[in-house]
Amino acid sequence: MSATRMQLLSPRNVRLLSRGRNELFAGSSGVGYGPRVCSLTSPPLSSSSPGRALSSLSATRRGLPKEKMSENGVSSRTKVLTIDTMNPTVKKVEYAVRGPIVQRALELERELNEGMKKPFVEVIKANIGDAHAMGQQPITFFRQVLALCSYPELLNDSTFPEDAKSRARRILHSCGGNSMGSYSASQGIESVRQDVARYIERRDGGVPCNPNDIYLTTGASDGIVTMLKLLVCGEGETRTGVMISIPQYPLYSAALAELGAVQVNYYLNEEKCWSMDLSELQRSLDEARRHCNPRALCVINPGNPTGQVQSRQCIEDVIRFAARESLFLMADEVYQDNVYAEGCQFHSFKKVLFEMGPEYSDTVELASFHSTSKCYMGECGFRGGYMEIINMDEEVKAQLTKLVSVRLCPPVPGQALMDLVVNPPQSGEPSYDKFIKERTATLSVLAEKAKLTEQVLNTVKGISCNPVQGAMYSFPRITIPEKAVKEARDKGQQPDMFYCMKLLEETGICLVPGSGFGQRDGTYHFRMTILPSTDKLKILLNKVKEFHQKFTEQYS
Amino acid sequence: MEKLVLARRASQIKEELRQRMRNHKQVIDVSWGDPQSAGVKPLSFVRQVLAACLYPDLMNSNTLPLDIRQRAQRLLGECAGGSVGSYTATAGISEIVYRISEFITKRDGGAPSQPENIYISPGSQWALSNILKVLVNSEASPRTGVLTPEPCYPLTTFSIKGLGGVTVPYHLSEEQGWELQVEELHRALDSARGVCNPVALYVINPGNPAGYVQSRKSMQDVIRFASEKRLFLLADEVYQECVHGEKSEFLSYKRVLAEMGPPHSDTVELASFHSASKGFLGECGLRGGYVELVNLDPDVMKCIHKLFTIDSCAPVLSQFALDLMTNPPQPGDPSYPLYSKEIQHIKTMMAHNVKRVFEVLNSLLGFSCQPLEGGAFAFPRLYLPPKAIQKAKEMEVEPDMFYCIRLLEEAGVLVKPGWEYGQKEGTHHIRFCIMTSEDTMEEVLSRLSSFHTQFMKDFS
Repeated sequence: MSATRMQLLSPRNVRLLSRGRNELFAGSSGVGYGPRVCSLTSPPLSSSSPGRALSSLSATRRGLPKEKMSENGVSSRTKVLTIDTMNPTVKKVEYAVRGPIVQRALELERELNEGMKKPFVEVIKANIGDAHAMGQQPITFFRQVLALCSYPELLNDSTFPEDAKSRARRILHSCGGNSMGSYSASQGIESVRQDVARYIERRDGGVPCNPNDIYLTTGASDGIVTMLKLLVCGEGETRTGVMISIPQYPLYSAALAELGAVQVNYYLNEEKCWSMDLSELQRSLDEARRHCNPRALCVINPGNPTGQVQSRQCIEDVIRFAARESLFLMADEVYQDNVYAEGCQFHSFKKVLFEMGPEYSDTVELASFHSTSKCYMGECGFRGGYMEIINMDEEVKAQLTKLVSVRLCPPVPGQALMDLVVNPPQSGEPSYDKFIKERTATLSVLAEKAKLTEQVLNTVKGISCNPVQGAMYSFPRITIPEKAVKEARDKGQQPDMFYCMKLLEETGICLVPGSGFGQRDGTYHFRMTILPSTDKLKILLNKVKEFHQKFTEQYS
Repeated sequence: MEKLVLARRASQIKEELRQRMRNHKQVIDVSWGDPQSAGVKPLSFVRQVLAACLYPDLMNSNTLPLDIRQRAQRLLGECAGGSVGSYTATAGISEIVYRISEFITKRDGGAPSQPENIYISPGSQWALSNILKVLVNSEASPRTGVLTPEPCYPLTTFSIKGLGGVTVPYHLSEEQGWELQVEELHRALDSARGVCNPVALYVINPGNPAGYVQSRKSMQDVIRFASEKRLFLLADEVYQECVHGEKSEFLSYKRVLAEMGPPHSDTVELASFHSASKGFLGECGLRGGYVELVNLDPDVMKCIHKLFTIDSCAPVLSQFALDLMTNPPQPGDPSYPLYSKEIQHIKTMMAHNVKRVFEVLNSLLGFSCQPLEGGAFAFPRLYLPPKAIQKAKEMEVEPDMFYCIRLLEEAGVLVKPGWEYGQKEGTHHIRFCIMTSEDTMEEVLSRLSSFHTQFMKDFS
């Protein structure tokens, strides 16, 4: 690879955000851009375009509201905004983690609260990666600093440790008017970005990180969607394709649907503990090239929903693949501290990239994402996150900076929290011991639950569970008898949705069917979190075991 | 890219000041509607509740007043796992959403508000963006159009264009106090014929950057127009707490619509936006806002819901801030006296600022300022001498941008040029925040006056 290779994301092929206020309206009657340069709006898709050709997330298309014909009666007025007049791409959006099964779980909870009798006394929500909701405790130090930042009068309160106070002062000093209530720069508070950069350097054994490459975001999802916006352009055969792992975290499919991008699926290898398979990546890419322009490759490591932690070799192979095939790499690393299995270790894409030498580190375009929602913090409600952008063309970066300015800035408490995450108490400081104790306890309990989950599920005939090497989920494969498959299809439901709904109604356990994440045709799975308390988790696993046995018998 | 130029120059100058290369003490940044960065203190009760929710140990002592502790307890009880670190329901914590709907009903003289029509988001622009995503069909030909005021809050126009839509400006009438005139709406709509497909009408009330507050009649005209021309109404009402004009009163579009009765009240599709960033709370950095949707098609609502699910939920602290904004301390509550004092302080401060800004700007030759009825900004008109306009041309910047750069470099005051908001051809303006401490406002006016006088002399 020569150093003069053309960047994937160049100003010519990124969505040009604006050339001046009035230009678009003034010149809006025509398109006026050549085929290789993307105009601000994606030009009309040709009617013969296959759209999202390769998607096999069949379940995501079911359960969509039936398209109603607008009322055409003379006496009643039709709405301005209807299913027919609205933006068509929005109609295709589904997000299984908060989908129909969760709605039903909430209904059941309400019914329980109203005193209705059920075969269970509580609904156990193992559908969403929300640690605090399931009883995980926050890190004391973080909450102390944030309380001090919120109400600085508390700096006079002797019950707060000195190191928490000095952190709070430092954070407040970097905020406009010394308050968390002021807007920050759109890219995020500068001192926080500097701290993030230093964290990355430490984590990656000294590989340099430039704070200007760091963008703080409203959760990692915000960063991911922003990057996808930049990447997606073209029409018909040149429409951007984005490679995502199947099974996947449904944010990706939802965002791609909304952007009208082509979703390009590559399957993870279930037999090899959900590892990435180069030949599969190649197959997927080659097929995609026939009808779209694949430009990006998304990897989630540690994986969601699958829980695998990719080996260093695998990461190197993926980087080489991306380099060879000119793909922008998106590395979703929000679970980077959630690594449990022996022999597994988190390797950041950035680190591996740089250790592969300048041939790769100077050229491969990479965005890595992190968040305050997972790991040992579990602070989902703060919507804190960051992304690091490597080797992006300067002009495109300027467009990115502009794009993030539309939302003004990420929530400042989330930025403050991220600052603490990347800059935790150090040895010698008053809060250090407690911090280490809390972090270790949280991570070790998760590791135990990961093991427990794998063990129990593998004792069930008809359920087979790969080791939960990392992240927060288990994605076991379930065997569903033919009779049940038929009954499901008759009902217009995916078989694993049918299974999960029954499980919910009979045991109160809320899981998400594998069809919401994608899986090989003819296979069925569910995703459950390992987040309930150990006691509840044991109950959950036993109930799942009982249910599965009963279900299998009932439909044999 | 010019907007970034000003911001970058401001950073440069701030750095130079740090290194004592300039002779004024600091750059005063009044370019954002950000009261807390301009010296206005946050409301104590809000911050106390947030602190207690963040660190519940605080509820075990008497450090904080009783009603604060009770509120925090109630709010935490409404969170999954009793923690602000959990995700919430997509639209927001249901009890909070319910209380917001009650606030809206009360605010609107009893016009009922349904909780299921309300979505809390990380700032009102985020919610607006989601609604625009549903309205703007990026694949359509002709492109989707949205009528927007001129001058307009630029992030909205940027969002519309970013989604592949087109803005159709309708001019506000500066000489009539920035009045929105229906004839102008008609003209704008006509101009869109053959150019784009207009589907929505965006209004900002109270205004930004111009400081008008619409009359009921004006709002009724807008509603009738939207109804007749089949336009979806987007009402940006984030400055509803910022009303200064003695004869001005904020009425929500929802209320005016409801009070117009059928058929309009049953049919006009409306999205109204509010935020914790402005008004007395001024909590811009928390990123909390909401949208209320009225008369929407149920199937469209389902799609909107799905869009919001992708974002998971708004930050929990922001949701709390909205709750506190819509449910402040009442007489009899332990926190009420301090709260009342702080509110009064802000009101006095605003009254002072509004009066002084209007006086000073209208006393300066080369400036004229419409009455500041509401909002957080002054948007005075600049009458630049031809030599200054010429100089700007040579530098390849807009004339009011040139003025702003000079103002920054020579007086250390950062404001925004009218060019960024749209203005009638040949006119120039600047925008600056007036929600600042009194001292800051006086300092800004003093520096601006001196600078302006000198500038007009230099270019005469």
